[in-house]
Amino acid sequence: MEISGMAAVAGAGIEKPRTGVYVCRCGLNIAQTVDCAKVAQNAAGLEDVVVSKEITYACSEPGQVEILEDIAENGLDRIVVASCSPRLHEPTFRQMMKKGGLNPYMLEMANLREQCSWVHMHEPDAATEKAEDLVKMAVARVGLLWPLTEEIVPLTKKTMVIGGGIAGIQAALDLADTGYEVILVEKKPSIGGIMAQLDKTFPTMDCSI
Amino acid sequence: MADVGRHPNITLHTMSEVVDIKGFVGNFNVRVLKKSRYVDESECTACGECAKVCPVVYPDEFNVGLSSRRAVYMPFPQAVPSSYAINMNECLGHGCSKCADACDKNCIHFHMSDEDFQVTVGSIIVATGLEPYDPREMDEYGYTRYENVMTSLEFERMVNAGGPTKGELICPKDRQKPRSVGFIQCVGSRSLQKGGEYCSNICCMNTIKSTLVLKEHYPDMEIKVFYIDIRAFGKGFEDLYNRSRQLGVQYVRGLPGSIEELEDGSVRVAVENTSTGRIEYHDLNMMVLALGIKPSSGTQRLQEMMGLQLTSDGFYLEAHPKLQPVDAATRGIFYAGCAEGPKDIKESVTQGSAAAVRAVRLMHRGVITSEPITSEIIAEHCVSCGKCATVCPYNAIVVDTKKKTPAVVNTAACSGCGTCAAECKFGAIVMNHFTDEQINSQTDIMLAENAADKILTFACNWCSYAGADYAGVSRLQYPANVRLIRTMCSGRVDEEFVWHAFEKGAPVVLVSGCHIGDCHYIDANHWTEKRIVKMHKKMEKLGIRAERLQLEWISAAEGIRFAQVMKDMDKLRMGVSPGEIAETIEILKARKKK
Repeated sequence: MEISGMAAVAGAGIEKPRTGVYVCRCGLNIAQTVDCAKVAQNAAGLEDVVVSKEITYACSEPGQVEILEDIAENGLDRIVVASCSPRLHEPTFRQMMKKGGLNPYMLEMANLREQCSWVHMHEPDAATEKAEDLVKMAVARVGLLWPLTEEIVPLTKKTMVIGGGIAGIQAALDLADTGYEVILVEKKPSIGGIMAQLDKTFPTMDCSI
Repeated sequence: MADVGRHPNITLHTMSEVVDIKGFVGNFNVRVLKKSRYVDESECTACGECAKVCPVVYPDEFNVGLSSRRAVYMPFPQAVPSSYAINMNECLGHGCSKCADACDKNCIHFHMSDEDFQVTVGSIIVATGLEPYDPREMDEYGYTRYENVMTSLEFERMVNAGGPTKGELICPKDRQKPRSVGFIQCVGSRSLQKGGEYCSNICCMNTIKSTLVLKEHYPDMEIKVFYIDIRAFGKGFEDLYNRSRQLGVQYVRGLPGSIEELEDGSVRVAVENTSTGRIEYHDLNMMVLALGIKPSSGTQRLQEMMGLQLTSDGFYLEAHPKLQPVDAATRGIFYAGCAEGPKDIKESVTQGSAAAVRAVRLMHRGVITSEPITSEIIAEHCVSCGKCATVCPYNAIVVDTKKKTPAVVNTAACSGCGTCAAECKFGAIVMNHFTDEQINSQTDIMLAENAADKILTFACNWCSYAGADYAGVSRLQYPANVRLIRTMCSGRVDEEFVWHAFEKGAPVVLVSGCHIGDCHYIDANHWTEKRIVKMHKKMEKLGIRAERLQLEWISAAEGIRFAQVMKDMDKLRMGVSPGEIAETIEILKARKKK
C-alpha cells in the first residue's frame, strides 16, 4: 500500500529521524535476566539511533527527567522505551513526550519485562537475544511513525450505575454528592441487594440497613 | 438506602434492566427496559391496605421463602422506593381488582405498561453483585431433603429481628428452639468438583458473626463449625474469631462427608477431623450451610453487550489487578462490589467510592480526547466498492456505491480496529499508527536473522497481548523464540501481512485475538476468522501447508493458555523444514509477480 501521500501530509519523513532508546532495568525485574547494557549498546549501532542507554527505572521521576534532558540536548524527535508492557506505561510515557514537547504518538515501547525477563527466566541468553530483537523492531517501527493529534469531544456528565446493592448505592451517593447526575438501575423492586437481607454484619456487629 | 431515594441528583429506576449499550466513553447510549410495577410509586404511601385484601399468597423472596407475601407486596419494610408492586404473573388481574378497590389513593393501575427508554451517559459503573451458591448440587448435605439443613441466608433471615420468626431461631421441622447448631464452611467454594474453585471471601467471617449472634441470644447453645481453615484476614476479624472460641464455639477442622437425618429431625454428620485424623460423628439439631458467592446471573449478557472480559471464575476482569482494580479495560466503564469478585461490605463500599472517583476523574473536565488511532481514506485509490463500510463494526464509514463517491470515515465514531484497512484490496485505507509499512517493518527486522527459529505472533491489544502480559505477571515460562507484533484488533491483520511474513521466511505465523463475542470492537474478529479460513484455502491451492498459519483466541485472563499456545506453536515450527520454507518463499515470489 502507498502511504507516502499521507505521511507527507502529516509531516513525517521530511527529516531523518532522531531516535532515543532507553533500556529499562526495572530494578532487577528485567536486569536479572536480560543483559540490559548489551541491549542498549547494540541498539546504539542501529540506524537513526542518536542516544541509547540503560536506565534503572524509566517510569520513575529521575528516569523521565533523564529522557527529557536527552530530548532537549540531542534534539530527539522520537523515543523507544524498552521496559514493561505498553498496556501499563504507554500513557505514562506519552505524558512524558508531551512534557518534552514531542508528539505523544512518536513513542514505541518494547516489552522486555512481561515478554522477556519474566517468561524466559532461566534462559538469560535467549531472553537477551529476544530483547535485542524487540528493540530493533521498535526502532524500525518508531522511525515510520508520524504525529497524531487527539480531538476534543464533549462528554455527558452523567453516570449510570447498574445494580443497587451496597456497592452501587455507595458509588451513586458519592457521585451524586459530588454534583454529578446519576441514573441508578436496579433489577428488583427495591434497592438494597443482598446487604439488606443481612442482620448484624462483621466486623462491627451492627445492623446493615 | 433512603438517601438514594431522596437525592436530587439520583434518578432511580427499579424493576429495570439494561438491554442495549451503544456508543463509547463520554457518550454511551444505554437502552433500559423498565418493567411495570402496576402501582404508581410516586403516589403510593405504603399503607398496605392493598395487600390485606389480596387473595393470592406466594413465598416471600426477601425472606428466602420462610414467610409468605401477597401478589401485591412491599419487598421489605425499608424498601426504596417505599412503594408496593404487583407481580403480574401471580395476580388474578381485572377480574379480582380487590387491591385497586382498597386503595384510597387510586395508585393501582392494571393498564400500566413496560417502559423502554434511552439515556446518554458519560460513564458506567457495573455493580451487579452476586448470587448465592445453590447447595442442592451438593446432595451429600441433604439441603431440601432434610428440613433442618438450611442455608446461611435462611439462617440470616431467621435471626433477624425483622425476619419471619422475629429473630427467634427455630428448627423448621418441629418449630422448637435448637439446642445445638452446626455450620459447614466452603459450601460451593474452594472445590474442584462442585461450585467455585475460589475462596468466597466472606463465609468464614459470616459464620463467626452468626456464632456470636447465637451465643449472645442463647449462651448455652452448643455450636460447632466444620471448616477447612478459618480465613480471618481483615482488620478486627481475628478478634471476632477469638471471641467466638472463648464463648465456647467448637471449631472442627474437616468438612463433613455426609449428613443423615435422625428420627427427631436432627442430623448426624460424619466428618474426618483432620487435626486428629479420626472419623467423628456429631449429632446436631440444625445445620447451616455457609454458602459461597457466584457471579450474578446477568453477568454474561452485560459482558457481551459492553465487550468486557470475565475471569475464568465468571467475575468481571479488571484492567489491572493492582493498579486499576476498579477500571474495566474499556474506557469509561468501572466495577464495584461483588461483580468484580467476592468481597465483604467494607470492601464493596470502598470499591463503590473508588469507582465513583474514577468516574469523576474521567468526567470532570466535561470533554474527553478522542482516539486519534483511526482510519483514513486515500480518495484517489478508492473504487467505492463499499467493503469497508460493510466490515466496520461502528458504521463509521459511509460510501455511496451507486454514485461511486469515495468512502468517508467519521473519525468520531471510528474506534480504530483497522478491519477496514485489512479488508480493502485497493490500498485505499491508511490505519493511523498501525500502517502496513509500520507493521511490515517489524516483520522484516524480526525475520532478518534466523527466521526459521522464530514464531511470529500477531496479538490484539485487548485480549491476546494482555494474555501475554498475564503470562508474564504469572511468570509462566514459554519458548524464547516467540515475537509479538501488537495490533489494536486481530481484525487489523491484513492477509498481506501474513504473506509478507511467509515470504520473509517465517516458518509459522499465529494470529491471535479476543474470543468470539469478546471482541473490543464489537465483532471485528469475525472478519479475522473469515479471513483466516479464506487464507487457509488459498495456502492449500498454492501448495503451502495451511497448518503453518494458526488462529487462536486468547483472552486477557488466559495467561496459562497463552503459554500453552506458544509451546504448541514451537512444536509446529519444529516440523517446518528449511526446504519447505525456501519453497514457500519461491511460491510467494511467483504469486507476487502475477
